[in-house]
Order: sequence, then structure tokens, then C-alpha cells
Amino acid sequence: MSTVPKLSSETPSARILRRFRADPIARIAVMIIILFALLAGGTALLSQFGHHWPFDPNLTNLEQKLLPPSPQHWLGTDNLGRDVLSRMLHGASISLTVGLIAVFVSLAIGMVVGALAGYFGGITDQVLMRSVDALLCFPTFFLMLTAVALLGPSLINIVVVIGLLSWTGTARLVRGEFLTLREAEYVKSARVLGQNAWTIITRHILPNAAAPILVTAVLGIPEAILSEAGLSFLGFGVQPPQATWGNIIADGKTYLLDAWWLILFPGLAILIASLSFFLAGDALREATESRG
Amino acid sequence: MTSFLIRRLALSVVLLFIISIISFFIVTMTPGSPYPWGELNPKISAEVKANFRKKFHLDRPLHEQYTLMMKDLFTGDLRSIKDDRPVMGKIMERLPATLALNITAILISLSFGTLLGVYAARNAGRWQDMAGSFVAFLFIALPGFWVSYLVAIVLVKGFGVPILGTRSYGIVFPNGFAAGLDTLWHLLIPASILAIGGIASQSRYLRATMIGTLREDYIRTARAKGLAEETVLYKHALRNSIRPLVTGIGMLLPALISGSVIIESIFAYPGMGRLFYEAVLERDYPTIVALNFIGAALILLGNLLSDLLYAAVDPRVRLD
Repeated sequence: MSTVPKLSSETPSARILRRFRADPIARIAVMIIILFALLAGGTALLSQFGHHWPFDPNLTNLEQKLLPPSPQHWLGTDNLGRDVLSRMLHGASISLTVGLIAVFVSLAIGMVVGALAGYFGGITDQVLMRSVDALLCFPTFFLMLTAVALLGPSLINIVVVIGLLSWTGTARLVRGEFLTLREAEYVKSARVLGQNAWTIITRHILPNAAAPILVTAVLGIPEAILSEAGLSFLGFGVQPPQATWGNIIADGKTYLLDAWWLILFPGLAILIASLSFFLAGDALREATESRG
Repeated sequence: MTSFLIRRLALSVVLLFIISIISFFIVTMTPGSPYPWGELNPKISAEVKANFRKKFHLDRPLHEQYTLMMKDLFTGDLRSIKDDRPVMGKIMERLPATLALNITAILISLSFGTLLGVYAARNAGRWQDMAGSFVAFLFIALPGFWVSYLVAIVLVKGFGVPILGTRSYGIVFPNGFAAGLDTLWHLLIPASILAIGGIASQSRYLRATMIGTLREDYIRTARAKGLAEETVLYKHALRNSIRPLVTGIGMLLPALISGSVIIESIFAYPGMGRLFYEAVLERDYPTIVALNFIGAALILLGNLLSDLLYAAVDPRVRLD
């Protein structure tokens, strides 16, 4: 007796979610990300009401400067006696905000460019993809630094500049998906039914390309976080007294040989946050790709 | 081959043109003054300001400023606003150090990336592969400036070894060999840190290609002949998976040139990246535009070289 394989009633997104949750690395990564988000959000919310935990990030106390980690100051104090843990908690919201909004900007541009190039093809495709090639051979960080330094380093400028310079990968990916999907039967029938390009792109093609786009989005977040940290480190990030992970290290480098805690902890935060996003993104990619 | 070169060169000219326009407009359209003195400094007479504007063509309309700047760039007349020295001279002074740093970083990325990639591919699906993938992501997520400072803390504080600049100062070396080793040491530290991201991306690309190659019939034949596993991996499989290694050179360059801004600044390494950082701090417009241009030209050249090299090592590839 041959058994007929049972057709699964699982929807594609439910299947992706089930596979993603089965991956232990993905679960740890997501838990770390949630922890960072809760800490950043909680700190921001508390300071809205004038409360600070553990300390006010900008409270200087020169009698307690450059103290190593202790039960009172868990991660030590900086050269102005400010509590490093408090500053890092405030820096977390900057990093996460920059990561999320920059990815949103780059997704928006990348999806529009990729969709136009992939759907219409021909001369549109040629022009758009050659511009992508041009951007790809830019020393991106040179351009980012030029733009942020000359425009003035504010949160909004940094986010927009990082977003404007990092959409090329998304555009290539979306174009590739569109090239395949525009030949699909359901797209052809939609076209035969006389639906316009806008409807076909947004209602029929984009939902079917959602999974790989989501993966690039997640993988784009740590890239943005690392770019912001680099800019911040060079003094072109969000400006003091606002603390960011990058500028705590930049301020601490003067005391490099005496106060290792000013370097070690903020860097670990950058590393753990971006590594978690990379691992979560990679697990998501595997969950969307493999069959069965 | 000839038609390939001509098309690539033509495309490069177009790309460089776009790049020069973008960087010129970012630099000139942004608010702020290029003067080496404060905008409102009362000690500077209107006449001096007018002369300055005239000298650097700042009194002309934008499109003329652009053509004049490009003309000066190619004739070598472009001068730095800050110290009035020819920009090309400043760049050429710094170019050898940057090339040495980047080429060393590429060699390190390729060799360690190959080892890690082959190791992951031969253990595909097992825990060693997972560990390899974790290490790759760890390497991509490491901020270069942070690693630099950790290395500095350990080497300088722990061992008292000098790491800044291109050589140790205040030490008389007994012979040229010792001095050479010292210079090499000062090159290897920043180059290794610069290479961390490249090792990760190279190993990932190589792993993906190599897993495909290892399923080929000729690999089974080689194993059936009783060849040593190392011979099969490094002679038969690696040679047929060489693509990501060679094209990787072109893809590594933009990241390396970008990375050298931070690494060179930290290690006081006299290269183009540090020159760029100094130019940005001083709002030295001609130097910024010229460096964006030269940086992009280096990347295009690297891409072209890697394509040519790819055709040279793989006879199946024809450039036309």
C-alpha cells in the first residue's frame, strides 16, 4: 500500500516562523535583541519622566572620575565621573534607532529601484543598474564621512546618509526576484486581465518577494549600527553630551592605558548587538530558503 | 579581449565622471565656509577674502567651478585650500603606504579566508561548519576601531611594544634586516585588523562554491584513486572553486579603502585614509574631491585586475 503524502495546510509564513523558532541560535539572538530593545526603551521612557537608572547619564562628578567597575558603578566611570552603564543604556537607543530607520530608508529606495528595473527591464533596467554599479565602486565610508561632516552630524542626517548609501544590495536582490516572478503564471494572468503595473507590482509580485527582502532588512540593521559606531568614533556621530557606544570609546581613548573599561564595554555592546542581528538574519534566511 | 578592455575603460570613465559630480556637489552644496580662517574674523580684509575666492575659483558659478577643479586635477594644478600644496603631491606621498596596507590586508584575507572556507566546506553540515559560520559572523560584527584599541592595550601595556606609525622611533637598529622587520611589524598589525572582515566574507563565498565543487564527479574520481584528502581538497577542489577568491579581490577593495580611514587614523599610519580624515576635519574641498576620485579609480582598477586575473587562472573564462 503506498501512502499518499499529506498536503500540509501550513501557510508559508507559518512554516518560516516554525523553522526559525526551531533554530536554537536564532532563539538566543532574538532574546538578546529583545533584551537590548527593552533596556533601551525602558531607559528612554524612565528619563522622559525625569527618573534615571542607575544614574543620570550626564551627571558629572569629578571626585569619582575614571573609577574601575565596582558594586556602585557596575561598568566604572569616565573622565568626568559619569556612570558608564547609564551612558551605554542611553547609547543603546541611538544604535537601535539608527539601525532601524536607516534600514527603512534603504529598503524604501532599494525596493523602488529594484522593482522598476526588474519589472520594466530594457533601458530602465540598464540605467538603474549602472547607477547601482557606480555606487558600488564608491569608497562608501569616504562619502558617508564627507556628507555627515559637511552637513553636520545630527541623528537625522546620519540616518539618511547611511540609508542613502546602502540600498544597492536590496535593489539588486529585488530586481532579481522581479525578473523571475514577472514570468510567473499568476502575474501573466493578472496582466491579461488588464491590471495596471502598480497593482501587479504591489499586489502580486511584492508579497511573493517578501521573505528575501525581510532577510536583507534584518542583515542591514547591524551594518547600519556598525557604520554609526564608526562615524561616532571619528567624532561625526550623534553629538555629545548625548552618549553613543561609539563616542564613549572615542572619549575613552585618551585614557586607553589607564581605563580599559571605557573601551571594552561599549565595544562589547556594539559587537553583541550586531552579531545578534547577523545571526538572526542568517537563521531567517535559512528558514526561508530550505524546503521540507 | 581588446574590445573587453575598451568597453571596461569606457564604462570606468563614465563611472568616474558620475562619482566626481556626486562628490563635488556634496562638498560644495553643504553649508559652511571653506576659508582657513573664521568666516567673521574681523582681521581678514575683504580684499584678502576676494583674492582667496578668486584663487580657488570660488567666485565662479558652480558648473565652472566643477570643470576648473577637474581640469586642475588632471593637470596637477589642484591645490589644497589649507596649505596651498598641490593635492596630487600630497596624495602621491600617501599612496605607497595605503597600497602596502591594503595589499597586505588582501593577502591576509585571502589566505586565512581560504583556510576557514575549505575547513567549513569539508565539514559541511557538521558542528565545525556551524562554528565556522559563527566565526565569520563574529568577524563581520567586530568594529575595527575597537579591536585596534584592545590590541593596543594588550601590546603596549602588556608587552611594551610600540605599534604606532611605520617604524619605531628612538631605536637604533644594528642592521637593515632588523629595521625591515620593524617596518613589517608596523605594517602587519593594522593590516591584520583591516583584514578581519575580508577573512569572513572570503570564507563564506569560498564555502558556498566549494560545497558545489565537492559534489563533482572528478572529485569522486580523485578520491577513488586513493589521493590524499589534502591533495583532493587543495589541488582538485580549490582550483575549481577559485572564482570567489579572485573576484573577491575586487569586492574587498571598497571596504578596505573605507576601513583604512579609521585604522590609519588610529595607528598614525601615513596613508590616504588618514589624509582623507584630516581633509574632512579641515573642510579642504579640493583634497576631499580628489581623494574620492582617486579612491574610486583604485577600486575600478582593482575590479579590472581581478577580472583579468580570473581569466588568466581559469581557461574556461573568456573576456569578450
